[in-house]
Amino acid sequence: MERKTTRAALLGWTVLVVLFLWTPLAIIAVYAFNSSNIQVWPIPGWTLHWFRVAWRDPDVRSSLWLSVNVGLRATGISLLLGTMAAFAIHRFRFFGRESISFLLLLPIALPGIITGMALNSFYVFTGISFSIWTIVIGHATFCIVVVYNNVLARLRRTQTSLVEASMDLGADGWQTFRFVVWPVLSTALVAGGLLAFALSFDEVIVTTFTAGAQTTLPIFILDNLKQGQQLPIVNVVAFAVILLTIVPVAISVRLTRDTGVLRRGAATVTAAESVEITTV
Amino acid sequence: MPAAEIDVRLSGIRKTYGDVVAVDELDLDIKTGEFFTLLGPSGSGKTTTLRLIAGFERPDRGRIALGGRDVTNRAPYERDVNTVFQDYALFPHMTVADNVAYGLRVKGVPKAERKRRVQEILRVVRLPDVGRRKPVQLSGGQRQRIALARSLVNAPKVLLLDEPLGALDLKLRQEMQIELKRIQREVSEVGITFVYVTHDQEEALTMSDRLAVFNEGRIEQIGTPAEVYERPSTQFVAGFVGVSNVLERGGRTFTVRPEKIQMHFDETGGGELGRIEDVVYVGMFTRYIVELDSGGELTVVRQNLETSSQEALESRGKRVRLEWRPEHTFVIERGGGA
Repeated sequence: MERKTTRAALLGWTVLVVLFLWTPLAIIAVYAFNSSNIQVWPIPGWTLHWFRVAWRDPDVRSSLWLSVNVGLRATGISLLLGTMAAFAIHRFRFFGRESISFLLLLPIALPGIITGMALNSFYVFTGISFSIWTIVIGHATFCIVVVYNNVLARLRRTQTSLVEASMDLGADGWQTFRFVVWPVLSTALVAGGLLAFALSFDEVIVTTFTAGAQTTLPIFILDNLKQGQQLPIVNVVAFAVILLTIVPVAISVRLTRDTGVLRRGAATVTAAESVEITTV
Repeated sequence: MPAAEIDVRLSGIRKTYGDVVAVDELDLDIKTGEFFTLLGPSGSGKTTTLRLIAGFERPDRGRIALGGRDVTNRAPYERDVNTVFQDYALFPHMTVADNVAYGLRVKGVPKAERKRRVQEILRVVRLPDVGRRKPVQLSGGQRQRIALARSLVNAPKVLLLDEPLGALDLKLRQEMQIELKRIQREVSEVGITFVYVTHDQEEALTMSDRLAVFNEGRIEQIGTPAEVYERPSTQFVAGFVGVSNVLERGGRTFTVRPEKIQMHFDETGGGELGRIEDVVYVGMFTRYIVELDSGGELTVVRQNLETSSQEALESRGKRVRLEWRPEHTFVIERGGGA
């Protein structure tokens, strides 16, 4: 048992860290409801006016649409490739298995600027013109990792004997997939997909290198923040991005936490999976 | 029970994993309704044999027949066998009742009948009230029973059990041994053959009708518990099932069980002379390790009828004379590496 003062100090420190992380976000949220178009503190009054303006703004609309579009496509690709990679790595032992696993994980650790530059040079070199797909591919490089990690973690703590047990009890391959494999994996897939979407949705660095004339929502924010003329709209958009990112992450944390699919020793498991979540 | 009827027949089975030979030259006939144990140390091929019968592995060579029908190339779901896994393999996302009903469900048994049979089998394993729970809410022993129920509810011809009591503590394990035998008697009118894998020789001796002792991918001996224990045919069996009491006298290698040896503290009379090297007090009895003058070492077990622990322990280093009756010695083959 630690002493009382130690506990108080730890608690105080934790509160400070949480404040440090969340105060800027809270300020943005408050400014989104600011009735004045200049940022002063305290805000003179509350209004929903800027939400209406932002919603009607064609630039906001097109960039929001592009971000959602890119996010969905990147998530789709990640779900497909990430799941297949996880199955391959989990099920088979082959030459170069560890290296492939490492190569899959690398993009998340690599600075976005490197990924962005590399992709940019690649596109220019091969003569691929910039489009929504060049952005999607850029995002997929690091979105695959979260799906891959989630599915692999789930596979690792799912007993391999479950599939055998199902076959043993008379279920053929399709029944085994439907009744056993899918229910065990589904929450990991949903969680991985939500995280992938959240990652893609607020990505800036790789996007600046892989987008042509298109503007995603985060890029829109960055551009207008620099110009400073449309700050109220930027605040609204930023607030929307925060919500759109927090919600899927929160859901995925819940899904991977206690699904009843966990084997015993859930404490270590949650730790392993929260590592993946912190990569956001 | 038609005693001669063969339920499981393995002939000339060989199975390798890369360079490792898991089982070789395996011939085995298991009779209908029998409790048959595959006994051996880890890596001896007993679990591989079970997985071959279940259909999780295909042999490189040889045939497998169930109830007279060749199933060598059949998938697990095409075989009338069910397995109780070492880790139970209960489906974590289903309730206990759904777990038990699984085999009936995938075979398209109507819901009402499913429900009735699940209730019935839960009563047999003495857990009638846990149907709505999830497997994580059960204790180890309860999970074990549910895994058993999930297999038995399908009334398979053969029930395969892969070290099913391995994960339980000693007391629970002993309870479940008795429980398993009871359940086997209870379902014996259907004539389910039990094929049981264990590395625990005591478990094998107490539960089996017959057993096969495995070593390095081959069967060393097949017989009833009494035959295997009292007349081990190889040095390996002598050592693995019980204590290795192997002596070589006049070019003859033989074994004698520790409880069949009489120990005297005088040096006049028949038998062999030696010195007590070590004494292990085990409560009900004491184990003496005796170094013989003419070479070799024997373990002797004596009930503590009148000896106190003090007296037993003080006999270390004393000279003794060992005697046994010739009909209690059994000649064995050399080798096997006990």
